[in-house]
Order: sequence, then C-alpha cells, then structure tokens
Amino acid sequence: MSTVVEIRNLGVSFATDAGAVKAIEDVSLSVAGGEVLAIVGESGSGKTVTAKTILGLLPETATTRGAVVLTNREGTRENDVISLSKHQLREVRGTDVAMVFQEPSTALNPVYTVGWQIMEGLRAHGHLSRKEARAKAIEILGRVGIPDPEERVDHFPHQFSGGQKQRVVIAMALVLDPGLIVADEPTTALDVTVQAEILDLLRRCRDEFGTAIVLITHNMGVVADLADRVAVMYQGNVVEEADVHTLFAAPQADYTKALLAAVPYVGHGTARAAERAAARPTNWTEQPAVVEAKGLEIVYPGRFGRPGFQAVGGVDFLIRPGEVLGLVGESGSGKTTIGRAIAGLTRVTGGSLKVLDAEMNGIRERDFRPLRSRIGFVFQDPASSFNPLLTVAECVAEPLVIHGRARNAAAARARVDDLLEAVQLPRAYGDRYPHELSGGQRQRASLARALALEPELLIADEPTSALDVSVQARVLELFAELQHEFGFASLFISHDLAVVDLLADRIAVLYHGALVEEGTGAEVLGAPTDPYTQRLLASLPVPDPIAQAERREELRRLREAV
Amino acid sequence: MTAAPVTAVPKRRLRDRIPVVHQLRQSVGLQRGMLVTGLVMLAIFILTAIFAALIAPYGFAQRADASGSFGSQQPPSPEHLFGTTVGSYDVLSRVVWGTQTAILVVVVAVILSLFIGVALGLYSGYFGGWLDRILVVICDAIYAFPSLLLAIVLSIVISGGQSSLWGGVLAAAGSIVVVFIPQYFRVIRAETVRIKAEPFVESAKVLGASNSRIVFKHVFRNATRTLPLIITLNSAEAILTLAALGFLGFGIEPTAAAEWGYDLFKAQSDVTSGIWWTALFPGLAIVFTVLGIMLVGESLNDLADPRLRGRRRVAQAAGEVAATSVVPGGALSAGPGGLSGLEDGETFDEHGIEVKR
Repeated sequence: MSTVVEIRNLGVSFATDAGAVKAIEDVSLSVAGGEVLAIVGESGSGKTVTAKTILGLLPETATTRGAVVLTNREGTRENDVISLSKHQLREVRGTDVAMVFQEPSTALNPVYTVGWQIMEGLRAHGHLSRKEARAKAIEILGRVGIPDPEERVDHFPHQFSGGQKQRVVIAMALVLDPGLIVADEPTTALDVTVQAEILDLLRRCRDEFGTAIVLITHNMGVVADLADRVAVMYQGNVVEEADVHTLFAAPQADYTKALLAAVPYVGHGTARAAERAAARPTNWTEQPAVVEAKGLEIVYPGRFGRPGFQAVGGVDFLIRPGEVLGLVGESGSGKTTIGRAIAGLTRVTGGSLKVLDAEMNGIRERDFRPLRSRIGFVFQDPASSFNPLLTVAECVAEPLVIHGRARNAAAARARVDDLLEAVQLPRAYGDRYPHELSGGQRQRASLARALALEPELLIADEPTSALDVSVQARVLELFAELQHEFGFASLFISHDLAVVDLLADRIAVLYHGALVEEGTGAEVLGAPTDPYTQRLLASLPVPDPIAQAERREELRRLREAV
Repeated sequence: MTAAPVTAVPKRRLRDRIPVVHQLRQSVGLQRGMLVTGLVMLAIFILTAIFAALIAPYGFAQRADASGSFGSQQPPSPEHLFGTTVGSYDVLSRVVWGTQTAILVVVVAVILSLFIGVALGLYSGYFGGWLDRILVVICDAIYAFPSLLLAIVLSIVISGGQSSLWGGVLAAAGSIVVVFIPQYFRVIRAETVRIKAEPFVESAKVLGASNSRIVFKHVFRNATRTLPLIITLNSAEAILTLAALGFLGFGIEPTAAAEWGYDLFKAQSDVTSGIWWTALFPGLAIVFTVLGIMLVGESLNDLADPRLRGRRRVAQAAGEVAATSVVPGGALSAGPGGLSGLEDGETFDEHGIEVKR
C-alpha cells in the first residue's frame, strides 16, 4: 500500500498572551492507503493540532516546522501542506484530504439543505452540472445509510437526528473520494448506541471506499473498535506507535500503560457493590428512604398554546440512606432533569417526589431552603460551576456562610482546609482562583464544596464526563472513598455504564423519560432483560480489540433481532 | 495518592489587574499605538481641565485687562495666541476653560446613567417577570427618540431656557443619562441573563443562597467587564451632545462657563468673513477630546476579544509544551508560561489555543 500522508519532524508553536506555547514538539507519523491510524491522547497532548496541520487548518498565530507530505489517491501528486499557498490548499482539501468534525450540529450550516452543502464541495472542485452534482449527492447519501436519499437530500440539517447529521458530515467528506479522511473525535458528541453505528460506517469507509482514516480520539474503546494502528501522544510527542493488537496486549511506554489502566471496564464494580451490600445491617431496607419517587412526571412548559414537553413520565425509584443509585441514559432520556428536580432546580409537575420527607410537587422555595443544607450537588462542568472571581477557599466556604455555620469565608477557613484535605487537595490551593486549577482538581474542589455541610444526599450530575480518562479514574476513586467515609446517599448520573458500574449499588436505566430497568449492577449489567439495556450494553466499546470484535457481532445480532 | 508538591502561585500583580493598565501591558503593535495615543490625548485633556486656571492666560468671561478692552475679532497675536471672538473673549482661554465643562458633563452623565442602568439591568435580568418586559419596551422606545430633541426639551425643563453653568450641564447630562440608561441596562441585563444560567449560579441556588446574595456576590461582579468600554464610548457621545446643544443655542451662557459648542455657534457668521480662528480652535478641541476617548474605547474593545487581540509572532518551535493531565489528579500549572498568563475565564483548549470558557 502506498503512503497517503507522511508527517516528518512536525513542530507547531502558538503565540499567546502568555508568550509562545509549543503544542507539538517533534512528531513523525505516516498513514498508508486504506488504513485507520488512531491518534490517542488526553487534552493538550497535541493530537488535534496534528490533525489540523494535515488539512492546513491552523490559525494565523501558529508557527510550523517540518513537513506534512500529502499524496493523492492515485499517487500522482505530492504536496507539502505546510508550504502550500492558500489557493493550493483549497485544491488539496476535499479532493486529497477531508475532515469529519466532532460536533455534527455545528459543522452543518442550518440555513442550507444538506444536498446543497454536499454539492457545494463538488462544484468547488469539479466541473459538474447542477443535475450531475445532485445525482452524486443523492448517491453518496444513500451510501452512508440515509434512508430515502432522493427525498432527504432537500431536507435541512435540523430535520436529521444527531447520528444522521454525522452521517451527512461523513458523506460530505466522502463525496470527492479523498484518499484520506481526518476524523476529529467523530463520536464524542454522540450517544453510545449512535456511536456504534457511526463507527460501523467509518469501518465501511475504509473497506468499501478504500479511504485511509486518521482518527483522533480519547476513547480507548473506540480505538479498539476501529483502528488498525495506534499512535499515543503525550505532551506534543508520540510516545508509542504500534498496531492495535500489540498496543492493547503489550503496551511498551509507561504512559500508555497508565492510560489503559485508567479506562473503566464494565463489570469491575460488581464485586465492590456486593461487598457493600453484605456489610449492611439487616433492617436496612426498613429505614425511611432519602428520596422516593412515585409516578414522577416532569413536563417543561411549551410556548404559547403549544403542549409542553414531557421530559420524565411515570418514574418510580428509591434511594435509601447510604446507598448510591446510578442513573444511566442517553441524552434526552431525562436523567439530568430528575437530578435537578431532586435539588429543587426544576419543578415537579406530576406524581410524587419525596426528598428528605418533603414533598417536592408544589413545594415553595422558602420551605425547601432549610433542607438544602442536607443536599449536595456536583455539577458536570467543573470549569463553570465556580464563580471565577472568588478563590477556591471562598467557593468552598459558601455553603458554610450561607447556612450560618461561619460568619464569613475567613472564619470558615479551618473547616475549608479540612475539606480540601479530605478531597486530597493541598491546603494552599484554597488561595488560588478556580481557573488556576486543572479540571480534575476543580472537580475535587467541587466535591469538597458539596460535602461541606456533610449532606445526607449527594447528587452528582455527570461529574466526570468533562474530564480526561486518567483524571476521571482518580475522581471516581475519591468519590468512592468519600462515600465510604461520610456515608451519604447518592444519585450518580452518567451516560457511561462503566463509570456507573464502578460506584453504584443499584443501577437504573432511563430511556425516553421512562425507567426501563432497575437492579443491582450484577443484575442490570450481567443479565439485562430489557432490549434497550441489552443494546446499550452491547454498544459500549471495550478497550480490547479482540473482545470488541466479538461484541460487535453480538450487537449486530441484537440489531437484527429488533 | 501522593500529595502533589505545592508550588507557590504568583499572585497577579496590582498593575496587571487595573483595567486600562492591564490592557496597555498586554497590547502589541498597532493596537498598542492606538491605545497609547488615545491615553496621551486623554491625559492632556484631563490635565488641562485640572490646571485650567494656570494654563489659561485670562478668565473665560474676561473681555478686558489692565491695558484696556481685548477688542472684538482680533487675529492671533502675542497677547491673544488664538485671537479673540466677536464678543471680545480670548479664544485660547475659552478653549482651555471649556475642558472643565466637558469633564463635568461626562462625569455627571456617566455616573447617573451607570448607577441607574446597572441596578435596573441586574434586577430585570435576574428576576424577569412583567417589570422586565415593561423596562425592555421602555428602553426600546427611548432608542427611537432623537437624543438631541430630548436634550433640548430637558434643557428647557431644567433651566427654563436660562442657561447657567449647572443648568446647562444638567440639561446636557440629563438628556444623555436618559439615552444612556438603556445602553447600560441592556448590556447588564444580557450579561445577567447569561450568567444566571451558569452552573456557578445554580450551585449557589442549590446551596440555598438568598437572591440578594446571588445577585451581588455571584452575578454582579461577573457582569461588569464590558462597562469600561461603554463608559469611554458614552463619554465621547456626552461631549458631542453638549457641543451640539451649545451650537443650537441651548448651551451655557458665556459668563457662566466656557463651552465649545456655544463658541462655535457664535463663530458661524465669522467664517464667511474670513475670520477662521474663532471656529477652528473650539472645533479642534472637540475633535481632539472625542478622538482621544474613542481611541481608548476602541482599543479596549479589540483587546477584550482574544480573537481581535494582536500577538507577537513566535519563533519556530518555541515555547514550553503545555502540561498534559497525565499525573492522577492533573497537572499543576494551568497553562504554559505560568498561571498568571491566563486571564479570568480563559484557559487553553485541547488545541493549545487560548479560549474563553
């Protein structure tokens, strides 16, 4: 196989307010035709910058060194992307190399039909008539698996679902038949079940179209599922490059080993949950529940005259003292809505939701406020859940001040120091501002704030989904330790089954606002009875290429059975 | 978990936190040139106003000195560097004294509209409801009014057509206040609505903080960062409105205070008879002051936006590699070049490019 792209001694620096920042130090890689190269790494490792360099998409503040030699499909033309002029770059993009973006909803222009957007690329490069271009657009839409392409070619992006939008984006990349597609986190914004379909499509791109793919991702499961060869990047360098089986079976670099060890597997938490269950007193089930939902219904009001949107309908569940309930579901399943309802941020419109013996349906803020000191909340994005103008110590002291345990932030400092130590942050970090902490540190500070009043109930809404995998492992471990130590009950919301499995005593699966399955980790993940749970579980890629190939087969069977 | 070694974080120094000084240090190239020019012009304007009594050779309402009357419409001469007006006033003196009136208007107008606009914006944005809707409609309606017309009406109401110093200043400032309040209101309201949805406000709510605590502690301080920009732009507009009022004859009587617009008004007939100095110098003073303020405002605007902000190009493969969160718990430094290099709310995304979160 001929080489499609060869990166030689690439180095990229950016001009920033803080002076020069080196994003890539010295990277050499090559991709052969019809091969999938996965570039893996955590935030800041330089993987996206590498990908953008291949397309010449770096901003003007970047300075580049080295060479990126791009060969077209026929092998008749070679270009060094770095030295190309803007005009020449336009010729190369689309025909020789194309890009699939992370967020399909922003990569498509909402005011044009998808057909127009596909044709735009065709007409910019070829000399096709309108009719021919349209025929080609319809053909490619059909090939990426959009049903009724003749009709849907005239639809606007908002008429497609997220997964279909990503298919359209891939169609746009494929339409000029480039030798190479750069896919930057192509499935990160998608749900697990949709992710599996898009990965299938990308595999078909390689097999049917013979296109080489550079896959940028942080998800080891995706790598195991799709990649032929893997390059692991760390701090602007490639630390390891190997074919996918070798890498997962026998990682060489320490960093790769650490990265693989940090990936959560489904099934690892079951033993721990059983241990906890055994240690509980016998009359445990008779204790009054911390949260009890019966026929819980939450409807968001519609606009004038329109009916409202039902986010949650007829959900029953219980959280007993000291128990962790994991709530799993895809986007739009209503899991966050339930968490917010328990915290009193969203109104309950029907059924009954009892939180610490207070009925939330129709409760007034004034009556609920005293109860708030018994509830903690950890938000998804640690970057935005802290007031950027207050120091970490002041932020953590907020609950103590608000509920009168301390007169001001300074008076609460001793307690804050204890809390910071409990979440394993050095005391001195209290004097820093939130933006001076890394994501994982911020999320730990967030835990400290939520635990400041020693709540009986902690709601954690996707606390690790904004974090890198190694940081996630650390935060999850800490969460488990703290839960053991403080003994709070918890609602742990996540879209990631493996994460929930690590922590939860019981797991509840939500689908379109309804609870489809509930039980212990062993029950739900070991032998799921609901077809949706089965699909969800089978869609989750495991970081092991051999096991993943088997799972893929199983998922295919499940899909055919539906 | 081994506790990560604690490195002392350099506190951002005071000079990096004062609004304009911070931007000055941050700017490069043309943007810096603009900002410095604007600041110098502004400094000259303010110093002139403070030391008007020392700089001006005569009083603003003085028509004669020990050696007799100045004479009307005298061309520039060693005694009267910029000549004299039709009313026998010394042009240089009136230009110098005029700076005081201008500053007075700016200060009164900006302070009044700032307090009212910000308070209304915070309330309206945070609580919403019917009062919010009514205030928004009123503000939209005010935009439809020509501000000069409003100023004329106000000057008649306030001073009954008699123009004293404070009557004139309050008329000009009052009209500007009415026109400016919607600007502050809208900016603060929009920011408040945005910040209200931020998780840190929600987290304060979950903690059970009272509304006033949330508004003042969490929302207000985060909503004010565009204010310096609007203040500079509004100051320029305030001076122009005062001059326009004076030019239309609603300004301040020459015996009460020196005012550039009034001098221009009186110089209208001079221009046709070849007497250029009575109109040129007050006109230049207006241009100079407004240009200075505008330059500062515009460059603050450019510098506030990381996409518009210019940066020095870096040498090939220069700089430190951004630390990656590989150690459990994450890296210690927020960004390369030290923590102090990052601005509030800015961080480095996965591309190593500075972004606003």
